[in-house]
Amino acid sequence: MLKIENLKAVVDGVEILKGINLSVNSGEVHAIMGPNGSGKSTLSSVIAGDETYEVSSGSILFDDDDLLDLDPDQRAHKGVFLSFQYPVEIPGISVSNFIKAAITEKRKVLGLDPMPAKDLLWKMREKMDLLNMKPGYLSRNMNEGFSGGEKKRNEIFQMAMLEPKLAILDETDSGLDIDALKVVANGVNKLKNSNNATIVITHYQRLLDYIVPDYVHVLHNGRIIKSGGKELAHQLEEKGYDWITKLADEKWGS
Amino acid sequence: MKKEELSEDELLEKVTSTEYKYGFTTNIDSDTIPKGLSEDVVRIISKKKEEPNWMLEYRLKAYRTWLEMKEPDWANVNYPKPNYQDIIYYSAPKQKKKLDSLDDLDPELKKTFDKLGISLNEQKRLSGVAVDIVMDSVSVATSFKSKLADLGIIFCSISEAIKEHPELVQKYLGTVVPARDNFFSALNAAVFSDGSFCYIPKGSRCPMELSTYFRINEAGTGQFERTLLIADEGSYVSYLEGCTAPQRDENQLHAAVVELIAMDNAEIKYSTVQTWYPGNKDGVGGVFNFVTKRGICHKKAKISWTQVETGSAVTWKYPSCILKGDHSIGEFFSVAVTNNLQQADTGTKMIHLGKNSKSTIIAKGICAGKSNGSYRGLVQISKGAKNSRNFSQCDSLLMGDSCGSHTFPYIEVKNSSSQVEHEATTSKIGEDQIFYCNQRGIGTEEAIALIVNGYCKDVLNQLPMEFAVEAQKLLEISLEGSVG
Repeated sequence: MLKIENLKAVVDGVEILKGINLSVNSGEVHAIMGPNGSGKSTLSSVIAGDETYEVSSGSILFDDDDLLDLDPDQRAHKGVFLSFQYPVEIPGISVSNFIKAAITEKRKVLGLDPMPAKDLLWKMREKMDLLNMKPGYLSRNMNEGFSGGEKKRNEIFQMAMLEPKLAILDETDSGLDIDALKVVANGVNKLKNSNNATIVITHYQRLLDYIVPDYVHVLHNGRIIKSGGKELAHQLEEKGYDWITKLADEKWGS
Repeated sequence: MKKEELSEDELLEKVTSTEYKYGFTTNIDSDTIPKGLSEDVVRIISKKKEEPNWMLEYRLKAYRTWLEMKEPDWANVNYPKPNYQDIIYYSAPKQKKKLDSLDDLDPELKKTFDKLGISLNEQKRLSGVAVDIVMDSVSVATSFKSKLADLGIIFCSISEAIKEHPELVQKYLGTVVPARDNFFSALNAAVFSDGSFCYIPKGSRCPMELSTYFRINEAGTGQFERTLLIADEGSYVSYLEGCTAPQRDENQLHAAVVELIAMDNAEIKYSTVQTWYPGNKDGVGGVFNFVTKRGICHKKAKISWTQVETGSAVTWKYPSCILKGDHSIGEFFSVAVTNNLQQADTGTKMIHLGKNSKSTIIAKGICAGKSNGSYRGLVQISKGAKNSRNFSQCDSLLMGDSCGSHTFPYIEVKNSSSQVEHEATTSKIGEDQIFYCNQRGIGTEEAIALIVNGYCKDVLNQLPMEFAVEAQKLLEISLEGSVG
């Protein structure tokens, strides 16, 4: 589904991604771990199409398309979803109106009329239940006055509504208490099926107890320096990152 | 990145290249008088309108006052001063007979309305709006009149009111905005050609939104309309004014006067959607919109001004409330959009005279292109206006880095029991907000419309439902093509 080859990205003249290779197939969950500043968020932003980053080489194949040829909204229409680490506020626009706009735009591309209001509302209620959202949530303005946890839950709610093929969860666990974490993880697990894939970006192993990855990759200094199964996450939890990063630094320089 | 980035400059280029959508001229024979202003012209206007002598005297006095006045230049706008001898002061579409119904309307006129998206019949049918149309100064159609008449409500052109209800006009005309008030109000009093008149009798609630569409049609014709709205004790009325002018290369002068009188316990809601021609992207042409709007609130009365201003090359406009009565309430809700080389200096004045009077000001400015938007507001609390309150919020939203936004709040408080609050913010549409929307599949243009609508929500919510939708569309049109 997703095939990233030799991806390099630069911001303000500094190379942040130094040649990423990553393959993700349908039905898989991949975790990308790594210390602060390793390039995790840059990778997710580049996949989503954030123009702050300049891609200097490489390709990101998604099914038959090279994502790098597409605008961010076109990538979204193809089924790429990013759960933001820092979701932005959009004052004056309610959650329901925002989601309605997003779904309408996607359907427009597919040549479909807007979803009937009744169906849309029904779907929203169903997904709200899945994520234990409080009543009144839909009429709140997008992320305005939301707590950190509410913002993250709002991201997963949108993911549930938009049903992407590839969901990238960027530090979704940060700012969540343990109960909220369980709710969010449970939601993500229920949305998983054999046709979609998830990339979980996290600093800590904690989230991976609830969203169990098939593969774990360690990102350091803009490169994936080690890949393995879920046991790799446990090793990292026990030993920290140093034992791998040291080896990598010897190979590529720090 | 392989994809070419659309730079902010390119986005702005796109914003500024959106052409004015209402630029067309209706081919109707007009009954026009020669250019220029003199006592004779004032007399001709009055005569053509078959006015009584007191009205002629009122006009002449105003004209003489105007001669001694100077055009104000304190506003934060720059424009070539109009040559007042180069303007045609009266133009009326030739109408063969009075219309019994809107179906008898001149087909050309009708087409104009269709282009504007105002199908009168549709409006009649769908929204129950009574429309009094001012097309180049003379009312050509008035609807729903009989229904309103049953309730004792008078809704007609001001010329008709001068003939049919002289006692009301004579009693109230110029009491809130005297001719000598300012340069433009004096000019208007001397030469106004038509406008609307509305009287709501004691205790009645006007059952529908009253609406007037103004339009400047004859090239070089100033539109000097005059509106007088009186809500008698305990009555309620909601009034909407919408304006559109076709595309012309010369600047057109528009100096209207609106007077509102809210008697004890009365409530007036006055909403404006202003879309006069803003000039092209090089700043050629466009309407000069110099308007004086003011209302007076008696005891426990309330006046709400709501305006969505997207048009005109230069706007100079401060809908105000004189809160004369105790417990009276004044409100001002405004969205002002400037684009290209448009200039707007707009705001409000809240003059608190009565005890426990309250006022609220919510002003939202949106500036794009190389435009300049200013909020100018005065909150004045007199010595006797004990326990009065004001809350003001002035926000500016900037698009690009070539526009300017300015705020000039004046606050004068003469007693110690009153409270005044002022909040102000300036923001830019963030690239992070646009990217967030993009990531959810919402294209950049839709994203901007969404963000702008969210920003203006507090004001748009004040508009009557059917017009809120229209205003939302207008905002989108004004900023359309902004990004792609």
